[in-house]
Amino acid sequence: MASPLYLIPLLPLAASLLLGLAGSRLPRVVVAIIGVGATAASFVLTAWAGSHFLSGSLQGQTQVLYRWLSLGELQPSIAFYLDPLSLVMCAVVTFVGALILLYSAQFMAEDDGYARFFCFMNLFVGSMLTLVLADNLLLLYLGWEGVGLCSYLLIGFWYRERRNVTAAFKAFLITRVGDTALLIGLLLIFTQLGTLQIQELMQRASLQWPVGSSLAVAAAALLLGGAVGKSAQLPLQTWLPDAMAGPTPVSALIHAATMVTAGVYLIARMHVVFELAPIVQWLVALVGAATLLLAACSALTQWDLKRVLAYSTMSQVGYMLLALGVGAWSAAIFHLFTHAFFKSLLFLSGGVVIQGLEEEHNILKMGGLRRDFPLAFWTFLIGAASLSAIPWVTAGFFSKDAILNAAYGSNVGFWLAGLIGALLTSVYAFRMVFLVFFGERRLEPRRRQGLVTAVPLVVLATLAVVAGYLNLPHGGTGAFTALLRGSFLSTASAAPGEGGAAASLQVLPIIATLAGLAIAALLYLRQPRWAENLGTAPAIRVLHRFWFVGWGFDWLYSRLFVRPWVYLARLNRADFVDAFYTGLAAVTIALHRLLSLSQTGRVRSYALAAAVGTLVLLAVVVLR
Amino acid sequence: MTGTASLQFGLMLATVLFLLGLIGVLMRRNLIFVLMSLEIMFNAAGLAFVVAGQRWQQADGQIMFLFILAVTGSEVALGLALALAARHHFGTLDTDLISRMRG
Repeated sequence: MASPLYLIPLLPLAASLLLGLAGSRLPRVVVAIIGVGATAASFVLTAWAGSHFLSGSLQGQTQVLYRWLSLGELQPSIAFYLDPLSLVMCAVVTFVGALILLYSAQFMAEDDGYARFFCFMNLFVGSMLTLVLADNLLLLYLGWEGVGLCSYLLIGFWYRERRNVTAAFKAFLITRVGDTALLIGLLLIFTQLGTLQIQELMQRASLQWPVGSSLAVAAAALLLGGAVGKSAQLPLQTWLPDAMAGPTPVSALIHAATMVTAGVYLIARMHVVFELAPIVQWLVALVGAATLLLAACSALTQWDLKRVLAYSTMSQVGYMLLALGVGAWSAAIFHLFTHAFFKSLLFLSGGVVIQGLEEEHNILKMGGLRRDFPLAFWTFLIGAASLSAIPWVTAGFFSKDAILNAAYGSNVGFWLAGLIGALLTSVYAFRMVFLVFFGERRLEPRRRQGLVTAVPLVVLATLAVVAGYLNLPHGGTGAFTALLRGSFLSTASAAPGEGGAAASLQVLPIIATLAGLAIAALLYLRQPRWAENLGTAPAIRVLHRFWFVGWGFDWLYSRLFVRPWVYLARLNRADFVDAFYTGLAAVTIALHRLLSLSQTGRVRSYALAAAVGTLVLLAVVVLR
Repeated sequence: MTGTASLQFGLMLATVLFLLGLIGVLMRRNLIFVLMSLEIMFNAAGLAFVVAGQRWQQADGQIMFLFILAVTGSEVALGLALALAARHHFGTLDTDLISRMRG
C-alpha cells in the first residue's frame, strides 16, 4: 500500500482532539488553521491515494492497522478499505468538508464557541471518513454513531436556546431508532454469516442465502431501517427540518452533503444483501419515491429558507434511494456526488444572505437582494438551477436524468413519481430564488461577507455546473459509472439502469423542469397576486397548512409515541418498583423502634428479664 | 438425721436464701444493697453445693464453694469499684437514675 490510508480519518480526529483540549487557549487564527488545515490535508491525502488507486488496478484494497478485539468468531480489525465507492465518498467528504470549514472560518468568526465549533466539525469529518472507509460493519457502526453524536452536538451548538436543544434531542432520538435497527441487523448478519467484514460477508451471503430468503429479507430490512433514520427518509424523516437550528455550515456539511447521505452509502455498500431481498429493494425505491414527493410538497410551503433547503435535501436523498431501489447503484452515488456540491452551495450562499440580514430566515420578508449580494445571488442561482436540473448546463441534470432513466427501466410508477418530483423541485427551487433575490427590496442588508467565504462559493458553484460532465457518455457509459463498476462488480442489474427510457420520454423530465421554472416565474415573479389569490381558497389553505407541517408526521408521532410515554412516566412518577424497597426499609425501621423500647437502661429490669428467662428455660427443660 | 432429709432441708434453705437475694436484687435501688443481695444469691448457690457434697460424701461441694468464694471476692471488688465510680460520676447510687443506656 503506497498511501497511508489511515491518516485520512486520523488527521481530522487528531485536530478535533487538539482543539477540544487546548482550543480555548489558542488564538482564533491558529484554531482556524488547525481546523481547516486538518480536513484540507486529509483531502490532499485522499487525492494522493485516489491517484495511486486510479493508476492501479482499480481493485479494492484493504489496509489493516490492528485487530480491534478478538472474541471467538468476532475478530474485527481497525481496517480501512479503499475501492471506487469509498474513494468517491472520501473525496466528497474531505473536499466539501474542507471548503465548508474554510467558509466557517469567517462565517463563525464572531462566535464565542469558535474552537468548539471546529473541534466538533473535525470530529464529524473524522467519524464520517471512518464510516466511509470502514472495512467491517463494526467500524462502520462506530463511525455511524460518531456522526450521529456530532450531528447532535452541532444542532445544539447554540445551546443557550431551548429550541435548539430540543431540536438536537429530537434528531438524536429519532436517528437512534434507525441506529438500533442497524445494530440488530449487524448482530443478525454476524450470527448468521459469522463475519462482519463487508466484502467477505457479501460473498458468504450470496452463497448461503437464496434470493428472497427470509434471513436476507430481515437483514436488508434492518439495514434499511438504519439508512432511513440517518438519511431522514419516511417514516423517520421528521428530525431533519428541525435540525436546521444549527449553524448554517453545519446544515451544509452534515445535513445536506454528507451525513444524511450515509444511509445511501450504507445501502450501496451492502448492495449484495439488498439484491438478495428483492422485496426490500422494492421497498427502498418506494420509500425514496414517497419521501421525494412528500418532502417536495412540504418544501413548496415553507417560509424559512433553511427549512426549504432541508425538505429539498430530504427530497433529493429520496431520489438517491429511488435509484438504489431500482438497482441503479452508480446513478445513486452520482446523484449523491453532485447533490453534495449544489446543496452545500445553496446552504452556504443562503447563509451569506441570512447572516447579511442578521439572522432573517423568512424568505417572504426578503426580496430584491440580487444587487446587495451579487456573489450570493449568482452562486445561489447556479445551485438552484443544478437542484432543479436545468438541462445540459448543470450537474444536477445529468445525475437526475440517470436516475429517472433507470427508474423508467424498472417501474413506470417510480419514474412518474420522479417526474412529478422534478416539476416540484424546480418550482420550489426557483420560488426561493425569486422570493429572495427578485421583486421589491424590503430589507436593508447589514453586513457583507469577507473574501474567505467567497472562495468556497465560487469553487462549489463551478463544480455544481461541471461535475455532471464527469459522467458524460463515452461510448455507452460515463467515466464515473465506469469507475464505480469496480465497487458493484457482482451486480448484473447495474447495467439496465442506464438508458432505459426512449428518447421521446427522455424529453419529459426536461419539460417538467422547465414547466416548474415557468410556474415559479409566473407565481412569484410576474403575477404575485395569483399566488396570493391561490392561497385564499379554503381547500388550498388546508392543504398548504398540511404540507407546511410536513404532512402532520410530528403531530402523529407526538400523539402516538410521545404523549402516551409522557403519560406513563407521569403515572409512574413515584416509581412503583421503588415502593418495594422503601417499604422494606420502613418495616425494618419500625421493628428497630419496637425492639429499642425494651432497652430501658434500668439494671433491675434487665435482671428481671434474665431471671424470667432462666425460669422459662428451666421450665422447658423440666416439663419437656 | 438421715442424709436425704438433711439434703431436702439444706436445698430448701438454699432456695429460700436464693429467692431472698433475687428479690433484693430486683427490689433494691441502691447499688450497695444490690451488691449485697447478689452476695446472698452466691452464698445460696454455695450452700446448695455444700449440702449436695455432704449428701454424697464428696469433697467436690466444698471445693466448689471455695471457687465461688473467689468469684464472689472478685465480683465484690469490681462491684464496689463500679459503685464508687458511679457515685463519683452520677452523684447517686440509685440504679433507676443511672439509665443513660436507654435505647
